[in-house]
Amino acid sequence: MNALAPVSQLGGVVLAVALAPLLAGWVAQCRAWLQSRSAPSLLLPYRTLRKLFRKDAALATQASPLFRATPYAVFGAMATAAAIIPSVTTDLPLARVADAIALVGLFATARMFIALAAMDIGTVFGSMGARREMMIGFLAEPALLMVLFNAFLMFGSTALPTIVKGTLDADGLTLHPSLAFAGVAFVMVLLAENARIPIDNPGTHLEVTMIHESMVLEYSARHLALIEWASWLKLFNYACIGFTLFVPWGIAPHTAGPSGLLLAIVWLLVKLAVAGAVLAVIETVSAKLRIFRAPEFLSMAFLLAVLGLLVHLLLQS
Amino acid sequence: MMPPLNLATQLLHVLAAGLLMISFSMLAQRRTRRLIVLLAWQGVVLTASTLLVAVTAHLQHLYYSAALTLIEKVWLMPWILLRLMRRLGIEGDSDPLVNIPTLMLVGLGLVIFAFGLAQPISSLATTVTRQTLGIAMAVILLAFLMMIARHKAVTQVIGFLSMENGLFFAATSTTYGMPMVIELGIALDLLVGVFIFGIFFFQIREQFDSLDLHQLEALKED
Repeated sequence: MNALAPVSQLGGVVLAVALAPLLAGWVAQCRAWLQSRSAPSLLLPYRTLRKLFRKDAALATQASPLFRATPYAVFGAMATAAAIIPSVTTDLPLARVADAIALVGLFATARMFIALAAMDIGTVFGSMGARREMMIGFLAEPALLMVLFNAFLMFGSTALPTIVKGTLDADGLTLHPSLAFAGVAFVMVLLAENARIPIDNPGTHLEVTMIHESMVLEYSARHLALIEWASWLKLFNYACIGFTLFVPWGIAPHTAGPSGLLLAIVWLLVKLAVAGAVLAVIETVSAKLRIFRAPEFLSMAFLLAVLGLLVHLLLQS
Repeated sequence: MMPPLNLATQLLHVLAAGLLMISFSMLAQRRTRRLIVLLAWQGVVLTASTLLVAVTAHLQHLYYSAALTLIEKVWLMPWILLRLMRRLGIEGDSDPLVNIPTLMLVGLGLVIFAFGLAQPISSLATTVTRQTLGIAMAVILLAFLMMIARHKAVTQVIGFLSMENGLFFAATSTTYGMPMVIELGIALDLLVGVFIFGIFFFQIREQFDSLDLHQLEALKED
C-alpha cells in the first residue's frame, strides 16, 4: 500500500457518486437518439437531484422509522459497494476487507431495505412491487455469483483487485471461452438487476408492468433523490464490475502515481461511454418481457454462467 | 494458472464455446424463423473453425470443406428452409413439449455427461484441437434433445441439421476432418434429405391439416 491509497480510496467513491448521474443521463440520451426523439440534456439527472433536494419531504402518517431510514441505508450500501469495486485503481484498502461475495451481500441488503420500506406504508402498489423485486432478486443473485465464480476460478481469488491484477500481469492476450458465457450472463443479470427493459421499464408508470417504480412511489423530495441516486449508482457499480471482470485494461495498478490515476479516469470515462451506448442499443432493440417470462430469462443467465464454469473445466484444466 | 496456449488454439476454443452457446439458444428459442437464423449462424461458426484448423494444420482439403460448409449450411439450406416455411405458412410459435427452463436444465445435464464422456477419449488424441471434442458431443446431444422436445416436423428437421453440424465439428476437431469423398457424400445426402423432408412436410399437411407430429400417433383407420 502506498501513501496515495487512502486518497484514491476516497476519490474512487466520490468519483462514482459524482459520475453515476452522468452515466444515467448518457444512457437516456443514447436511447432518445436511437428512438429519433430529441434527446434530453446530459445533465438532466443532476437537475432532477437539485430540484428534489430543494423540496419539502412529505411522509405518510403511518410511516415507521424504517421508511425514513431506507433511502440513507440504500445509498450507503451503494456507496460502500463503489468503494470495493476497483473502477480506477486496484489500490483500495477497503477491497481487502470485503471481497466480491460481500459485494453481492451489499446489493442484497439494499434490496431488502427497499422492499421492506415499500411494504411499510401498506399500499397495494408497494407490496406488489416488493414481491416482484424479491422474485427477480432471488433469481438474479445466484446467476451473478456464478458469473463471479467464473473469474474466481481463473485467478484463484475472490477479491476483485486480484482479478484485475491477474489479467493485467498476464503476458499477451489470453482468450477465455468461459468468459464469453459469463459475459452474456452478466449482461442479462445487469439488465434484470437495474430494472432495465427486458424485465422492467423504469420509464413508465403502468401498474401492470412496473417493478422498481412501484416500490418508490411513496417517496418524495430528498428521500426520492437519494433513492434515485442510489439506483444510478447501482448501474454505475454494475458497469464497473463488468469492466473489472471482462475489460480491466486501463485500471491503474498499485504502483501508478497521480498521472497514472488521471489516465485511468480517462479510460473509465471512455469505457462508460461505450457501455452506456451498448446498453441503450440493447434496450432499444428488445421488447419488454411479460413478468412470467422473467424467471425464464434469468434461469437462462444462470445456466450460461454454469456452462461457463463447465467450459473452463473442460478447456483449461 | 493454466499453461499458455497459442492464439489459434485459443481462438478455436472460443469458436467451440460459441457453437455451444448457439446450441443452447436454439434449445430456448420459440420461433421457427429465429431457429433457422441460428442454424445459419452455427454454420458460420463451423466455417470459421474449419478454416482455422486448415490454416494451423496446413491441410488443403479442409479449405474445400470450409467452402462447402459456407455454401451449403450458411446459404443454401437456411434459404430452402425459409422458403418451405413461407410456402407452408408456419411462421408462428412452435411450442416445445416441456417448459423451457426444465429443458435447459436437462440440457445442462447432457453437457456435463458429454464433457465427462469426452475427457478420456480426448486425452488419447494427439491433435491440438482435441479438447473441443467434449463440446462437439454436447452439441450433438443438445440437438438430439431439441428433436425429442419439439413436436413440429420443421423444428425436428432443424434439430437434425444442427446435429450434423455437431458431428462435422467432432470430425474436424479430433481427426482433422474426413476424406473429401465422404464429406461430399454427406453434403449431398443432407441436401437430398432436406428436399425429401420438404416433400414430406407437404404430404403430412395434406393428410392432417397440420405439421404437428402427434397426429401421426393415431394410425388406426376408422
